Amino acid sequence: MTEKFDVIVVGAGPAGISAALTTARAGLNTILIERGDFPGSKNVMGGVLYRQPTEEIVPGFYKKAPLERHIIEQRLWILDKNSVVSLGYKTQRHGEEPYNAFTVLRARFDRWLAAQAVEQGVLLITETVVEDLLVDDGHVVGVKTGRPDGELLGNVVVLAEGVNSMLTQKMELKKDGLKTTELAVAVKEIIALPKAKIEDRFNLEQGQGVTIELVGESTQGMVGTGFIYTNTDSISIGVGALLSHIVRRKINPNELLEHLKNHPMVRPLIEGGETKEYLGHLIPEGGYKAIPKLYGNGVLVVGDAAGFVNGIHREGSNMAMISGKTAGQVIIEAHKMGEFDERSLSRYDKYLSNSFILKDLQKYQNASGFMETHDHIFSLYPKLANFVAHELITVDSVPKKEKQRRILKEVTARRSKVELLKDAYRGWRVMG
Amino acid sequence: MKSLEDKLFLNRYQPDKVSHLRVLNREKCVECRDKPCTYICPAKVYRWNDVEKIIETAYEGCVECGTCRYGCAHDNIEWKNPRGGFGIMYKYG
Repeated sequence: MTEKFDVIVVGAGPAGISAALTTARAGLNTILIERGDFPGSKNVMGGVLYRQPTEEIVPGFYKKAPLERHIIEQRLWILDKNSVVSLGYKTQRHGEEPYNAFTVLRARFDRWLAAQAVEQGVLLITETVVEDLLVDDGHVVGVKTGRPDGELLGNVVVLAEGVNSMLTQKMELKKDGLKTTELAVAVKEIIALPKAKIEDRFNLEQGQGVTIELVGESTQGMVGTGFIYTNTDSISIGVGALLSHIVRRKINPNELLEHLKNHPMVRPLIEGGETKEYLGHLIPEGGYKAIPKLYGNGVLVVGDAAGFVNGIHREGSNMAMISGKTAGQVIIEAHKMGEFDERSLSRYDKYLSNSFILKDLQKYQNASGFMETHDHIFSLYPKLANFVAHELITVDSVPKKEKQRRILKEVTARRSKVELLKDAYRGWRVMG
Repeated sequence: MKSLEDKLFLNRYQPDKVSHLRVLNREKCVECRDKPCTYICPAKVYRWNDVEKIIETAYEGCVECGTCRYGCAHDNIEWKNPRGGFGIMYKYG
């Protein structure tokens, strides 16, 4: 006989685990299906996990979870070929409990998070691919896995399958598929370095961490960012760029990463380190306009599968976890009423609309399209920023008035005053 | 500098006997001008064999990102998850 569950969750990332944990806590019979050999072995992100949203899933997690370093400083590096304009914020307040953010390695953290779900009664099945959904009269009633006799029935299926949302697309919740303008391809290396060396190089005390986001030369002017994050005894260094730009520019992502690693401002930070792992992943960057239909009869979509990424604020795992939790809460309510149809599950959309998730994504709904077509913001502007800084800082006995004229002349030669104003206006419109 | 091959060698894989990646229509690859699959893939899984006029697929090194599936201009790559327990298995993530 085919087993029947209250909830079937497809994918053990932060979104899926959070959904499963929430429903299991309420006593619902929950199964979590993961294709990797353990939760986390297929999962990749840059590496920043935020404290507050994570505590909504597991209060006090930071006292026991496998975390790397707590972030006390965030830097933004605007790179040119051999220079950088650096901005940043460092605070002691983020170095004290309850902290703001941590670096994590997903193979370790997700495994731990899934163990918390199992402790709450979730049945975790690994090394199992969900190949299809079982649909009866327009209602999702279960899943078909790759195992022999691998059909499972459930009242609700939560699709937490990640950015490669094949089931979501197959269900026509995302009808037009994913486009290259809505995806970034990112690669990363884990580079081992002794703790003390990391703390010296990044000006940190024990346990403290720093994040650096790099724009401009880091992506060779393509829309995207590089990143350098400190772990306990390794550095996560990576770069991601819009797939449409990678295709057009014919640049291999690994070569982009090697180029960044060899940048004169970056090289000394990773010097002498030993690469331990090389990773690649897609990021759904389409924003609000690329969000699929989030619910159907007996089905909900969470996390990356739903496109919940805010590239401007480097947020993703937080939205994954909160969307998972929200899906769980909606399922608990649906379970009480015994109604799992589209109307009942549409509450998920309503709750998300009232939360930061859809509010933030809606706020930036024109940003990804704007950047895709205004890529000089990532190519020309970083160069100009470095040029201006160089002119202002280099002492050469030229009167300052003349320097200002020279700067203005050079800048407006590259982009006219009208275009600069237009960019400022449009930028303000999509970001404000 | 480590080559891409060296870097992939550091990763933990459990390769399946059969490929989870499949080029659907070989004719389309011959006509495809830029062959983006040969450069967009982080693991450089795809290589154009100019003698046999086919795309070769070194699926064993695939990091399962899905870039090829969306980057192929002709929608000509069938991309499935490897079977359960196979493929990339990150140690760090």
